[in-house]
Amino acid sequence: MQNYHEMLMQDIRFEEGLNACMNCGVCTAICPAAEFYDYDPRKIVDLVQSGDNAEIEKLLKSETIWYCGECMSCKTRCPRGNTPALVVMALRTLSQKLGFFTESEKGRQQFAIKRTVGENIFKYGYCVASYAVSPEMHAEQGPIWKYILDNSTDVFERMGGHIDELGAGPLRKIPEDAKTELKKIFEVTGGMDFYNDIERHSKKKAAEMGLQFSDKGIDNEYFIEVFTANKKDHHNK
Amino acid sequence: MQQDGKKRIWSDYQKEIADDHFFYVRSCIRQSFFPGSEQFFLHFMRDILGKDVYENPSHTTCTGIGYHGDVVPLATIMTVVARHFALMKESGYKNIAISCVTSFGIYTEIIETWKHFPEELEKTREYLYKATGREFDVPENMAHTSDIIYKFRNEIAEKAKYKLINKETGEPLNVVEHIGCHYSKMFPKYGVGGAEFPNVLGGMIDSWGGKVIDYPERRHCCGFGFRQYLVQANRGYSLSNTVKKFESMKPFKPDFVLTNCPGCNMFMDKWQYTMKEMEGTVYGENGESIPILTYEELAGLVLGINPWDLGLQFHMVQSEPLLKKIGIEYDPDNKFKTKDGRQMPVPQNLINA
Repeated sequence: MQNYHEMLMQDIRFEEGLNACMNCGVCTAICPAAEFYDYDPRKIVDLVQSGDNAEIEKLLKSETIWYCGECMSCKTRCPRGNTPALVVMALRTLSQKLGFFTESEKGRQQFAIKRTVGENIFKYGYCVASYAVSPEMHAEQGPIWKYILDNSTDVFERMGGHIDELGAGPLRKIPEDAKTELKKIFEVTGGMDFYNDIERHSKKKAAEMGLQFSDKGIDNEYFIEVFTANKKDHHNK
Repeated sequence: MQQDGKKRIWSDYQKEIADDHFFYVRSCIRQSFFPGSEQFFLHFMRDILGKDVYENPSHTTCTGIGYHGDVVPLATIMTVVARHFALMKESGYKNIAISCVTSFGIYTEIIETWKHFPEELEKTREYLYKATGREFDVPENMAHTSDIIYKFRNEIAEKAKYKLINKETGEPLNVVEHIGCHYSKMFPKYGVGGAEFPNVLGGMIDSWGGKVIDYPERRHCCGFGFRQYLVQANRGYSLSNTVKKFESMKPFKPDFVLTNCPGCNMFMDKWQYTMKEMEGTVYGENGESIPILTYEELAGLVLGINPWDLGLQFHMVQSEPLLKKIGIEYDPDNKFKTKDGRQMPVPQNLINA
């Protein structure tokens, strides 16, 4: 078994996020996720500071580390200057590097985030752009959203821009050379390898689950499964 | 002497905000959902105050939603942000104006990381040079665009056509202000009033005649939670947290909600529609929902800008009840017209319409 605590220590967010936790539970008291999910950031921090390798492995494969919303409210309130959310971010990164994220329903969702927001970055130069938010996947946006998409050119022109055209302004087309630079940054910094790890482990999991997987896009059984599956036992009893 | 002591204590909660010459970076969410807000900011700064604000078309996403969705590594986002700083340096600017609270939080986190771990700054310089051949400087002054509106709030008050006062009763409007978690909960010194006394929106409301409501869940997250909204299966988290806020503010009868973060603005607008659809619940008075405004939209209304040039018609919760309360003149026939005056289709089933 690898030394997970040592691997976590290589992430500066872990080093910065965890000094010495005294188990007061203020983070849990303020945490929006703790109110909604069966989730207790105090326990996570206590577990990782114990250094118990077998327990850390269980955590890396668990649903638990995926419940945090990264609002970072815990950072403001911790009397010891810890940031449980940074510890969670380090755990999530390690879980994906090691391929453990596919062991949990919530962890498997990383594939959906990579295929949507992750790929928007290369495709459009934006994490989110109006034309990438489909009304079918976002019923909560209501009728105004379909209206805006159906009338994009006129709406954006009145609001000061030329959607998807070069030049300054809202939702301008990002020049190809800027997108190439973004891609190059991902290659040089390990971002592309990280994306590839998510893809590789997800493909393997899809085969294990007997679900159809395709190398591109969101129109495949595995994407739909991880985007929508909810076994509904994640919540506070 | 006592006054000096007070000033010293409160100095920790002040923020130095540059006066002019800004390198402006747009927000993925604000420009997608509320492009009129960014348009107003540029108009206000350039045409009303005569300031120099530059937008570089080569600026891209900061990848912040990917970072907080845990698919973009820290080294990658640091280098993407470094590229933005390089564009700023190449354009001859030292002050950055950021239109997004997620990006603002990212920038603060990265700059603080570089201070605590100087070797990370050096590594980022190497990565950026290797990937793009560019070099960068850290900005001298970093402001969220709300900080800048806050700085000029009294100038807006002097030029105001309308005050945040109920025209019928003469009473100040009750306003909920929602700061957005990543503005100052992580690194309080970067926010006006820090994490404990955030005053960036409250200062605007006070200056423009309204009354800020204090309510139990005032600092609770809007519920975005990144992956908790991005993935359909998790959206119960996002909705539940918004419900918690609205339940808490309802007894205080807010006339509207003012937001700092474009994401919070979108969620508090759209989840009200969802709550109404799912359970028939509304949180305003007289069976209405509560209009949710960006600070740019509010500043524009106060200055007498046409509400339809600010984009208020593109919210799910429509703002006419609020416009009437303040006494803002508006032309209903102009609401869904194109820039050159052609009639557009009229959307159906909007809230408060």
